[in-house]
Amino acid sequence: MRVTFTVNGREQSADDVWEGESLLYVLRERLGLPGSKNACEQGECGSCTVYLDGVPVCACLVAAGQAEGREVRTVEGLADGGALDPVQEAFAECGAVQCGFCTPGLVVQTHDLLARVPGPSDAEIREALAGNLCRCTGYEKIIDAVRLAAARKAEGAGDA
Amino acid sequence: MDFLRPTTWQEALAAKADRPDAVPLQGGTDVMVELNFDVRRPAALLDLTRVPELRAWEMTGGYCRVGAGVSYATVIDELSGSLPGLAQAARTVGSPQIRNRGSVGGNLGAASPAGDSHPPLLAAGAVVEVESRERGVRMIPAAEFYLGVKRSALEPDELIRAVHVPPATGPQYFSKVGTRNAMVIAVCSFAIALHPRERRVGTGIGSAAPTPRRAREAEDLLARELDWSAPLDPALAHRFGELCARAAAPIDDVRGSAAYRAHALGVLARRTLTWAWNDYRRAA
Repeated sequence: MRVTFTVNGREQSADDVWEGESLLYVLRERLGLPGSKNACEQGECGSCTVYLDGVPVCACLVAAGQAEGREVRTVEGLADGGALDPVQEAFAECGAVQCGFCTPGLVVQTHDLLARVPGPSDAEIREALAGNLCRCTGYEKIIDAVRLAAARKAEGAGDA
Repeated sequence: MDFLRPTTWQEALAAKADRPDAVPLQGGTDVMVELNFDVRRPAALLDLTRVPELRAWEMTGGYCRVGAGVSYATVIDELSGSLPGLAQAARTVGSPQIRNRGSVGGNLGAASPAGDSHPPLLAAGAVVEVESRERGVRMIPAAEFYLGVKRSALEPDELIRAVHVPPATGPQYFSKVGTRNAMVIAVCSFAIALHPRERRVGTGIGSAAPTPRRAREAEDLLARELDWSAPLDPALAHRFGELCARAAAPIDDVRGSAAYRAHALGVLARRTLTWAWNDYRRAA
């Protein structure tokens, strides 16, 4: 079947999509957006987290047909032109990235957290990221990055 | 495989009547896992996410009628006051991403003995509203809905429309044993609901029998012996825990042994009763 939806602000179509296929597969294998990672395929790891109509979900658990006509935003759609999003910058600066496989999901999930909760407590950070598994960092640098991004965003909001 | 996309409840019922082999798809947190892992190849998927009626809840006839597509995130955000037991259980489901997609209706449809919604629905005395094009609406009490491991009273041409849950009139608690706070399939779980007007306590056991079930003898014990104007007798709480453990029929599996599940369930039952009773006494 053909599936058409908006990805990172641009309407895109994929053809010959199998009815049982996931949104994640369509993004990675048919639309050339490999940022969202395919790891567990069962919603356990959060590596494929994308926005679906503004709500973070595991793309591996969304049937491609369920995305028809909807709006998807992936990690590729967070940067503003050449400028990285503050969350992406903070992850790079804090060394929150080792092998990098979990990073896109963590970045999207953190992006959503900071949009809803500007100054999250450590408990709120841990709860928001509870569904994103990282097997390299031990999480401390990731939580540092979330705190830094929150502080940067607060500064930016203050300047504006 | 066909992909059916009804946009109204009537269209959804028609689609299910014409294609009883179609698997209903809501948040995908169970069905998509089975597809991704090649466990299941249904002839058709029936996507219910475009049926707006399913995504709403309302207070009606003294019940909170929760549409089958209402997400756990919505239950937590909007229903923790009226349905505290269900909201507590919703908070323990998966992760934020899973709670954004997963729904109580999906939990009922999957009918896994480990589903987190079931114990609080049993304890509260919820009723499941199902419907088919040919036979109309059936109201099935939660205690009669679960028939076996991943088997429910839902007929092949029926869909779950909503679950009707009486708003809490007393304290409610849900507690669950797992290896961490997030992303846990319950080793065992327990829900309690105090119904002070009826001088009755409702229970629900999860993940410790082929189906979610009530601990009826334990409920009867409290109906007989609980003094609603006094502090909780520790000996009575202990016997309540024992009867709840005895009401279970757990198995040994990768998540835990039968003996551990029975023991833990007794502890959860005693603790949740104590928490609920302390809340009730404080409010009284």
